Order: sequence, then structure tokens, then C-alpha cells
Amino acid sequence: MTLTVATFEASTAPLARRNPVAKLAAALLFSAPLIATLDPLTPTIALAIELAVLPLFGVRYGTLFRRAWPLVLAAAGIVITLVLFAAERTGATVATLGPFEVTTGVLITALGMVLRVFAIALPGIIVFATTDPTDLADALVQNVRAPARFAIGALAAFRLVPLLGQEWQMLSLARRARGIDAGRSPVARVKLFVSTAFALLVGAIRRGTRLAVAMDARGFDAGTPRTYARRQVFGRADAALMIGATLLSAAALTTSVLTGLFRPIIG
Amino acid sequence: MGEVVLRGFGWRHAGRKAWAVRGVDLRIAHGERVLLLGPSGAGKSTLLAALAGLLPDDSGESSGTVEIDGLDPRKAREQVGIVFQDPQTQLVMSRSGDDVAFGLENRGVPAAEIWPRVDEALHRVGFGYGRDRPTAALSGGEQQRLALAGTLALRPGLLLLDEPTANLDPAGAALIRSAIARALDDDTTLIIVEHRVAEALTLVDRVVVLEPGGGVRADGPPGAVFAAHGDRLADEGVWVPGHAVAARKAVTGPGAPLVRADAVSLRHRLPPATLTARAGEVLAVTGPNGAGKSTLALLLGGLLKPTSGTIDAGAGGAPYRWRAVDLTTRIGSVFQDPEHQFVTNRVADELALGPRRIGRSEAEVSRIVEELLQRLRLAKLAGANPHTLSGGEARRLSVATALATAPRLLILDEPTFGQDRRTWIELVELLARLRDDGHGIIAVTHDADFVATVADSVHRLERTA
Repeated sequence: MTLTVATFEASTAPLARRNPVAKLAAALLFSAPLIATLDPLTPTIALAIELAVLPLFGVRYGTLFRRAWPLVLAAAGIVITLVLFAAERTGATVATLGPFEVTTGVLITALGMVLRVFAIALPGIIVFATTDPTDLADALVQNVRAPARFAIGALAAFRLVPLLGQEWQMLSLARRARGIDAGRSPVARVKLFVSTAFALLVGAIRRGTRLAVAMDARGFDAGTPRTYARRQVFGRADAALMIGATLLSAAALTTSVLTGLFRPIIG
Repeated sequence: MGEVVLRGFGWRHAGRKAWAVRGVDLRIAHGERVLLLGPSGAGKSTLLAALAGLLPDDSGESSGTVEIDGLDPRKAREQVGIVFQDPQTQLVMSRSGDDVAFGLENRGVPAAEIWPRVDEALHRVGFGYGRDRPTAALSGGEQQRLALAGTLALRPGLLLLDEPTANLDPAGAALIRSAIARALDDDTTLIIVEHRVAEALTLVDRVVVLEPGGGVRADGPPGAVFAAHGDRLADEGVWVPGHAVAARKAVTGPGAPLVRADAVSLRHRLPPATLTARAGEVLAVTGPNGAGKSTLALLLGGLLKPTSGTIDAGAGGAPYRWRAVDLTTRIGSVFQDPEHQFVTNRVADELALGPRRIGRSEAEVSRIVEELLQRLRLAKLAGANPHTLSGGEARRLSVATALATAPRLLILDEPTFGQDRRTWIELVELLARLRDDGHGIIAVTHDADFVATVADSVHRLERTA
């Protein structure tokens, strides 16, 4: 079990070096407005912009694809759901799959949603691919005054996440060694999954508690104002990144409105 | 600085009937180095937690007083540093230097002073890498060194070490011992809890023995304390130097092969290995960390599918294809961490689980449970939750669960790891008797004493680049 969000690549690319909070905010400012429309054009423009700025973040296209492939599953899910359950089946019939009529209207709606998923998720993927979690926690505490107890605590907990994969394997093997396997029964499989997950949770809580005690033993709960060993600076370039992201998103939406394709999600 | 005074100190954890520690009178002067001993359950770790100011008022009931430099430990937290057993749950940050800086940031040390103090602490413990070294890339011993550096960077007057080598293999333990020896100075008072006494003796000049029922049993220079109390401490499970255990080797030659591995490997984890384990033989699998010993145990136990090579354990093809219930009647696997294998809420249920799954009648199940409870001294704990057992009890239970389905071959991963002397002797005796009854035993181990005492043959794995 590997968790791709847990890894990042240090980079000297101009936008990768920006303040982590600025990058995160820029991703949100860029993605959030895209939710407003259902047409396929807006996310297409957004995707084009995202792919165009990728080199400025020092992320290779191959890397992006590797990290984004779970979205392909989500996309397939959307297409299947719409083919099966779409209420409006406008446009010409493209194919008939048993009782389901696949029309151009259904396909266009599906395409719009699939593109939206990618357009909205990619900025986040780019940010996490280029941001050291430590830097993010530092910036959250220093630049937006997030409570250290939350930001550093989450960071420490995050460090334990890769252990969960190994732990899951050990628990599963240990169950087999005790004579417990699901065989062919789906009910037994679900029961086994739940009991293994519960054991994993109990173990994770226990480790988390030990970590919390060790952190407090080093003064994490001291209440004295913390100092910062690593400085995170929020400068003009960081502000410019956020403004740029907002403008580009607005440009995508404006184009959609001007071409008459804009389909507001409400109304 | 770092002077400790306890007067009639006691602590009872909330919800417990018994006092974890009670009636302790003790005075430890500035710069003294003390080894704190006592049988399991004497309250050593609780006492350290109290000194570290980590027992909040609402978590239990106290009696007597405890003072550090005349202050309540909860108010003297800046004077005290503590290092725990498990390095994994002590490291906070992903880069080594950041981790050492963590405590300094918490204490509000000015930013300009932080990095010089980080470098000084890393140097003091002999940390062999730069500040940017990822903590995840460190071995257990190196991680524990880093945890020590993170504590020393805060310049505590009182340094508390709670079994700092218990979770480490011998090489890692040696690393942390030399780091402690190197880091100590005359301004630091040291209190260390460690049941491997021989390894701690080079670090201390005074030994304090806690009495399980309360109070202090002995207090003085190591030589005098062990001369007067050594035998009794050894019987109670403390690894007192000079108390060797008699060898328990097989008296007859090994019998038929029970499992044969032919060039068996697992990608990234084990290079091809070939070995045979026989009935009536204890086979020790040894080797450095990362050589794939535990992986080999899982492969032989039919729990993992090998990438290449074959495992022949008799009829029915490769063991990893067997149904789990069939597996338990032929090969029993005991994991390093007993808690991984516990799946019920009662010790007796834990023992009944295997026999029930292989279809024994209720009468047979209760007979097996009863017999194992007696044989492994668990009768008093029959109704207890397995997750509340002590380390030794949990180990005995995990072995007993494997024995409940009577497999001919038993595979154990580090069975003696972290055990006190008493549990250790019991385990060695149990395994020797199983072998003498014709069982085959495979034990993955770092424990040279275990190999010398009970192993009949040794298969050593080497780390390959």
C-alpha cells in the first residue's frame, strides 16, 4: 500500500518554490469557481491552463499522470453511473445497451463531469507533488496563524501513515496464522475486513497516544510561545501567484459565458 | 540542578485497584547515575513518568511527595528529559535536524540559537548523518540516537531513560549505549530503567531496586546490591550478570524433514534461501536486520507466496495455498508482536478459537483450553483481555494459541525479544520440551543466548546489497 500524497519532489522550479500556503490558496482560488458550471468548455480551458503551467512547477507530465490515475477510476464511475441512471436522455441515440439508451446528451453531460473532476483535482495534486509537508505545516503556523498544536500535530500523525500499510499486512497474515480466512464467502470477507480494520485502528490510536506523550515530554504542551527554526516567508511573488490563479480561473469562466455554453450548476 | 527527592511517593492509575508504585523514599543527588531495577510490575515506568511530570492530576491518585530541585515535577518540566522505548513513536519530524529542533521551538529558544544547539546535540550522541537525513531512512538504533539528541538539546538537568534499548536489535542497542556514554556529563543526573543489567552497568554508579509491594528493597553501589540481592532478582526475572542458564540441547538426532525451502525468495525482501527444518530439532535463523529473517519465517509458515523457489511441507502442495484452518493444524506461526495475533476479548476465548475452527467438539475445546492455561501459567488470567497482559504474559499466550491446534512445526519470530529472564527461561524450557516430544521448531532470533542455550542448528542469512 503506497500513498502517493506522502511523497513530494524537492524542486527549484519558479512556482514550486512559492510559499506552500500561497500554492494551496492558489489551487483553491483556481478550482473553486470551476464548480459553478456544468459545461465541458470551462474545465477544458482550465485543464489546458493547468497543463501549460505544469513546467513552471517542475512537475513532469509522467509524474502527474502517475499521481492522477486514480481519477481515471472516478471518471469511469461517472460515465457508468450516467449511462445507467441519467434522467434526461436528449440528443441522438449513439448506442443501445440492453434497456439503456446512450444518447449524445448523456455523453456530453458525462464528458463535462469527467473534465470537471480532472480540472478541479489537478491543482491539488500539483501542490502536494511540489510541497514538503513540513514546509506546509510551518507556513500554516507562521503565515496564517494556524494553531501549532493542530498543524504540527497533524504533521507528526502524517509521519505514521506509511506504517499503517505494513501494519495492515501483518494483521492480515496474523489472522491467517490463527486459522481465520474468508474462503469464498463474501460475508466472511466483510467480517474479516472489519475486524482487521478495527485492530488497525486500535493500534493506530495506541501509537498516536504514545507519540503525543513523547511530544509533550519535549515541551509541546508547554504553552510558552514557540519559536521557528525554519522561516517561511510570504512575499510579493506569492501574492502574485494567488492573484494569477484567480484571474486565470475568471478568464476560463468568462470565455464560457461569452460563447454561450455556460450552464450554471444552480438554476 | 537535577536533584530528586521522593518522600513516601505512591501513584495509583485511575480505575485500578492496586498501586502502581507505593511508599518510595529516595534521594538522588546532582550528577548521580542511577539504574532503577525491579521485577515486572514494580512500577519503574510509572515512577519515571511521575518524575517527567507526565502524570496529570486527573489520571490517578498520588500519595507522598516528589520533588525535582524542590519543585513539583509538573512545574519542573524544563529540567527533565525522557527517552522512551519505541523510537518510531518519539520522532515527530521527517528530517533529522528538524526533529532535534522541535523541542527547542516548543521551549521558545531564539531562532538564532536553535541550529547551533541542534548540531551540538547531534554531535554529542555521535549521529552519523547530516541534518537533512530523513528520519524514515534511519535504523532503529539511529532513530533512538536521534530521540536522545532531541532530548539532550534541551539541556535537561535530569535525564530519564525508560528501557531505551528494549525495542532494538543488539547492534542498535550497542549504538544507543555508546551514545548515552558519550553524551553524559557531570551536570546531568541520570535515571535509567533497563532489565538487561550488564549492558547498563557501565553507565551507572548506583542501583536502586523497587519492591513490587511498595518501597525500596535495595539501594547502593552495583557490586554491593547484586552481592546481597542478585539471586533473588535473577529469580524474579531481572537479567543479573553472572547468572547463566544451563543449555537445553536435543539429546537425540533430528527426525524426518517437516519443511524444505528450495531457493525460496521474495522480491525486495529475501534473496534465495535454501534450508530444511526437521522434527525434534530447534533451528535458529539468525542474521543482521534487513536480511529477510522475518520474511523467511512468513514464507515457511505458509503466510506469504514466494516470488520464486519452492516450499515443500508435505502433502497438499505449497503451504501458502492451504486453507487457513488446515495450516493451523500443521504449521503454527508466532509473530514478534503478540498483539497482532489476538482477535478476541478474553484469554480463554483466544485459546478456544483455533480448536473450534478446526472442528473440535466443545468438550475437547475446553479440555485443550484448560490444559494450555495450566501449562503456560495463564489460569489466573483466563478472563482477562489479551491486550491488557504484560509482555511476558502476552508472549506465553501467543505461543499457547499456536499450540492449541497441535501443529507439528512451530515457527517463532524473535520469541525471546524484550522478555525478562523468568519468561525467557520458561520459553526456552517450553520449546525444548516440544522439541523433545518430536515437534520441529524454527526460531528467527537475534538473541545469542537463546541460540547458545537451545538451538540445535543455525541457518544464518546475510544482507545482500
